[in-house]
Amino acid sequence: MGDRSLLVELGDTISPDVNRRVQRLMLQLQQAPPPGVREIAPGYRSLLVVYDPLSTAFAELTERIAEASVQQGLAGLPQAKLLTVPVFYGGNYGPDLEEVAGRLGIPADEVIRLHTETIYRVYMIGFTPGYPYMGELPAALAVPRRSTPRTRVPKGSVGIAQRQTGIYPVESPGGWQIIGWTPIELFDPSRQLPSLLEMGDRVKFEAVRQVEI
Amino acid sequence: MAGVNTFEVLSPGIMSTVQDLGRFGCARFGVAASGALDGFAVRVGNLLVGNDENAAVVETTLMGLRVKVLRDAVVAVTGGDLQARKGSEPLAMWRSHLVGEGETIVFSGPASGFRAYLAVAGGIQAAVVMGSRSTNLSSGFGGFEGRPLRKGDILAVEPVQDAVRFAGRGFTPAAVPAYASPWCLRVIWGPQDDHFSEAGKQTFVSAAFTVSPDSDRTGIRLKGPVVARRPALEESIISEGILSGAIQVPGDGQPIIILGETASGGYRKIATVISADLPLLGQITPGDEVAFEAVSMDEAVQALREMENRIDTFKRGLK
Repeated sequence: MGDRSLLVELGDTISPDVNRRVQRLMLQLQQAPPPGVREIAPGYRSLLVVYDPLSTAFAELTERIAEASVQQGLAGLPQAKLLTVPVFYGGNYGPDLEEVAGRLGIPADEVIRLHTETIYRVYMIGFTPGYPYMGELPAALAVPRRSTPRTRVPKGSVGIAQRQTGIYPVESPGGWQIIGWTPIELFDPSRQLPSLLEMGDRVKFEAVRQVEI
Repeated sequence: MAGVNTFEVLSPGIMSTVQDLGRFGCARFGVAASGALDGFAVRVGNLLVGNDENAAVVETTLMGLRVKVLRDAVVAVTGGDLQARKGSEPLAMWRSHLVGEGETIVFSGPASGFRAYLAVAGGIQAAVVMGSRSTNLSSGFGGFEGRPLRKGDILAVEPVQDAVRFAGRGFTPAAVPAYASPWCLRVIWGPQDDHFSEAGKQTFVSAAFTVSPDSDRTGIRLKGPVVARRPALEESIISEGILSGAIQVPGDGQPIIILGETASGGYRKIATVISADLPLLGQITPGDEVAFEAVSMDEAVQALREMENRIDTFKRGLK
């Protein structure tokens, strides 16, 4: 991308296998960073490597990354942590729950049951600091983003969109359907690991209660 | 070491923040680079007052910042010409000056450019969070209490011995960037230029776009003819890492030049602004006209080398 980064694409789809390849290459490059590398930004299926073009030539860096991706088959992945996230579903906590249920033609309880029965993979952290993009949401819960994004989504909101689910770590604009809220702190810049969740971690949602409407 | 209270914010103007050159290495936590949008101006400003190039400065937008000097200090104003004054007299830009206790520095409004930088000998004091003193606006950390400056804020400066020796320095006049609309930004195609139709790409490099008023530190939003993508492609792509200068084209075909507050994105990027032109992005003002010129990687690296040479030459002259 431009004169100072390489976008390394490791697949075309959202899949745990492709995402694990991204994770392995990221760890490989973190352990032995090629000279001139300033930033490594993982995505679902790609790794953006930002470098200083005056200290490293594009061709040289491409070669180093190609070597790393050959070796990466050998590198193991760290143990993923499993985090249970308590969620208050519906009501003011999840203003879109009823609408989502209506759109899917299932009761709100069933939306909650489906959302809590899967263990999700954290594919990437992005959008705002600490925001986990997680998947894959059961097909029966796939809904589009809201046609008009909200200008303010409260901190802790749990949202779904298409086959993904996420949690808003801070108040921000957002277009996902908000079905619940959690009190957990996803991001704290003073912690050694500022983001509670990292790529590759696993998340299970647990219903605290459904607020009566 | 304890900082020295040096400025009191009498008015923050439209938007003023504490920034250094940015926060790198934290994208995997979703943390964007933030940082001064005109990095060239910050590096020169810091060198003028004897600082490390990456020291923290105040970035102010358009107009209205007024600070009272609480203690003698050596300052330099660089970047866009927002007509800085010391009391009632103009404060020459791209030069270092001694300002005295009780004096007021005012940014009255733009003669050219959009953002000015106030550098001070010692550097604005701010905690280093995740490797940087820059303000992260989305999560509210770094800089001054993680937020834009407000009336009444007191800015401390890192103590520095005998700062007065840095007063009276001037940057090479011929090397001062010209900030003027219409802008011609040099870009390198990609990474998703192949998702656009030939006509769309042609539009991108031949049209004049107008900068929309809803531009901010997250991006410069452009209005103009539709930059068409290939038929049968969805509006968005699978989210991936992004960096400043990347030019996203959402479903409506209106380009957005990404600035420093975004770590990932889900729209196609037709092209990316070259490193040498990134500092200009901080000076593009709503209402300006922007055009794009595609260049090769070699041309881009050459342009960057020339920019670095201008700074190196200046640095050597200071010793």
